Amino acid sequence: MPSKVENWKSEVYGNEIREHLMEFAEEGWDAIPEDEHDAWFERFKWWGLYHQRSGQESYFMMRIGTPNGVIEPDQLEVIGEVAKEYATGPVDNPEFGEAYCDWTTRQSIQLHWIKLEDVPDIFEKLESNGLSTQQACGDSWRNIVGCPVAGKDKHEHIDAWPIAEDLNETFKGNDDYANLPRKWKVSVTGCDQGCGQGDINDLAFEPAEKNGELGFNIRVGGGLSRKEPRFARDIDVWVPPEQASDVAAGMSALFREYGDRDDRFNARIKFLMDEWGPEKMRRVLQEEFVDFELPTAGEDMRDQYTYNAGHDDGHGDHVGVHEQPDGNYYVGLDVLVGRMGAEDTIELAELADEYGSGEVRLTQRQNIIVTDVAEEALDEFLSEPLLEDYSPDPHPFMRGSIACTGSEYCSLSITETKNRQVRYARWLKNNVELPAGVEDFHIHLSGCTASCAQPQIADVSLRGMKTRKDGEPVEAFDIGLGGGLGEDPHFADWVEMRVAADEVPGYIENMLSAYEQRRADGETFREFVAARDEDELQALADAEETSYEDPYMHNTKMTWYPYADKDDMSASPAPTDGSGQPITSDD
Amino acid sequence: MTTDVHQLDDGAWISVNDSREINVSDLWLLARHEFCDCEMADFLAEGVVEVGVDHPDIAARFAGRCIHCGTEGITDWLTVGRVIDPDDGQFYGVVPESVHVPRKRTRLAGPE
Repeated sequence: MPSKVENWKSEVYGNEIREHLMEFAEEGWDAIPEDEHDAWFERFKWWGLYHQRSGQESYFMMRIGTPNGVIEPDQLEVIGEVAKEYATGPVDNPEFGEAYCDWTTRQSIQLHWIKLEDVPDIFEKLESNGLSTQQACGDSWRNIVGCPVAGKDKHEHIDAWPIAEDLNETFKGNDDYANLPRKWKVSVTGCDQGCGQGDINDLAFEPAEKNGELGFNIRVGGGLSRKEPRFARDIDVWVPPEQASDVAAGMSALFREYGDRDDRFNARIKFLMDEWGPEKMRRVLQEEFVDFELPTAGEDMRDQYTYNAGHDDGHGDHVGVHEQPDGNYYVGLDVLVGRMGAEDTIELAELADEYGSGEVRLTQRQNIIVTDVAEEALDEFLSEPLLEDYSPDPHPFMRGSIACTGSEYCSLSITETKNRQVRYARWLKNNVELPAGVEDFHIHLSGCTASCAQPQIADVSLRGMKTRKDGEPVEAFDIGLGGGLGEDPHFADWVEMRVAADEVPGYIENMLSAYEQRRADGETFREFVAARDEDELQALADAEETSYEDPYMHNTKMTWYPYADKDDMSASPAPTDGSGQPITSDD
Repeated sequence: MTTDVHQLDDGAWISVNDSREINVSDLWLLARHEFCDCEMADFLAEGVVEVGVDHPDIAARFAGRCIHCGTEGITDWLTVGRVIDPDDGQFYGVVPESVHVPRKRTRLAGPE
C-alpha cells in the first residue's frame, strides 16, 4: 500500500505545486487549510521550501540548487541581497548575526526564516538571474554535485561541468522524473582526485578510459543516512560523455519504477542495491531502461584520488590558491561551517567581480571558491580584509570543520551544531597543537543520523546524542574515527559513545596526543585508526572537561530558538504573518 | 471526525490532525520493557518508526538508544498522547520523562 506521502504526491506534485504555492503566498499563511498543512509542506519541498521545526511555524528554509556549485557572475550578489532582505528571523544568531547564507555539503545554498508571503518576490529575483529552488528538496533529482572547479582544474580528464549542466537542464522540471520514490542524488566527477564524492551518491559518474576514449564508469547506491551508510557500487558500465544523460535517464527511471513507495525508510536506491546486487541492477537497466548496448566498465582513475583520502599528497580540498589551466588562479576560501553573513556575501560578490570573472563556486566541504583571478591581481585580492575571516590559508581545525543545520532549525536533529562546531574549532586552534606534518584534519559534526554533515567520512566524526551528566540530560556526541574517501573509502569506526558535548574537545586533544606519541613513521591518522581494533582505540584516549565552555548543553530542541533570551516554546512568536507579526488564534 | 496521525520528515515528528505534537530528541523512561537489560531504560528517541491509534491512545514505536547501557533498537509501542474526543481533535500529550510501559500491539494508523 502506498505511503501517506505517496498519496499526497499522487494528488499534486512536481511543477504543478507552484501555482498552489503562489496562491497561498498571495493570500498569506492563514490561507493554507489547517487540515492540509502536512500535505502542502511535504509538496512545497519540491520547490525548495522546507518548513522549519516546531516553534518556528510559518517560517521556511529555502534551498537554492546550484548545479556543481557554479554561481555565475552577478548571481552571488543576488543571493546575498535575497538573504539580507528576506532571511532575517525574530532573533539574531550570536555567532552569525541577523542574516546569512549556508553553503551546503551538496553545493547548494540554504536561507532561513523565509516567510511564505515573500516567496513570489524571492522567486522572481532568483529566477530573473538564472537561479532556482526547483527540486532542491523533495522526491526527485536533487542538486547535481561534482568537481567544484570543473573546467578550471589542471587535474581533470573530462570537464564535468557541461555534463552536470546538461543533466540539470534535462532532469529539472522534467515531468517524467519529477515524482520518484525518494530523493535522487547524482554526482559527476571529471578529475583524477575524486572530489565529486561519487561514492556517497545514488548515482555516480566517475572518470574512466575505455579503448582510448575518456568517459565515465557508473556507480549506484551510495548514501549515508539512518545508520545505514553505503558506498556506491560499481555496476560494470562505462558511458561516453554524450550518453551520460541516457544512462542517467535509465537509472532514474529504474528507480522510479522499482523503488519502494510503500515504505519511505526503505525507498532509497541503496536498499534496492542491497536486494538486487550490482549484476541485477545492470541487467535490469540494460533490458528495460536503455535502448543501446551498455559497454562494460573502463579503467578508472581511483588509484590517483587524493580528495579527503586521508593523506597530504595532493590537494584534499579546494582551499588555497591554485593555478587554472588558462594561467589564471582560483582561490578557495574557508567558510567555517559553511555559514557566511549576508553582508559578507555581498562584499565577496564585489571582490569576485573586481578581481576575477565574478564567478564563484561552492564546494562539498561548505567552502567557496573565487575563480579566474589573474596572477597580477592575486596579491591585492589576498590582502583584502574580508579574507581575514574567510581565509585561503586557514588553520587545519578551521579548514576541516563541517557542520549541518542542527537543532537551530531542523526537526530531526538531536543537538545544536553550527555554533558549537565554531566554538570547537576555535578552542582546538587555540589550545591543541596538531602533530607535526598534519595539515588536513577533518571534523564533521552532524546533529543526527541523517548525516547531512557527512560525519562518516571524516577523521573525527561527531553524531548528535544525549547523555546524563550529574543526573541531568545534556547534549552529547558519538565519536567516530578514521573515515574518508579516496581509492578505498572507509566509514568512520564509532569508538566513543555518548560523550557529553563539553568533553568532546578534550577527547580530540587526548586522541591527537596519543596519535602523536604512538604513530609509526609516516603513518597517517586514518592509517593509525585502521591499524587498531575498537578496544585498542577506546584505550587510547578519554573524554574530559577542559577550559572549553559549551553554552548549548541543555536540550536545545525544547526551545523555540536556542539563542533567544526567552527560549521557552511558549515565548515563540510563531506563526507570524507576512510582516513578521504573531498570528493570534481566534479561539 | 477521524484522528489523522502520521510521522513525517524521516521520522522526525508525529503529526496529529496536522499539528506537530511529538518530536524526536526527548528522553523517555521505560519500565517493564524488553528494549534492554536496564530495569529502567533511559531511552533517547532518535526517529519515529511507526504510529498507531487505539482510541483514545496515540502510540508510536521509536528508533533510538538507551543512554544508560547503549543498547540500540526499536521500542515496542509507547503511548505518546490521547485524543479523547475525535470531534474536537484535541491532543493531550504525555510527558516523555515520566515512566512509560511499552506494549506489544496497537492498531496501525495506516501506511507510513
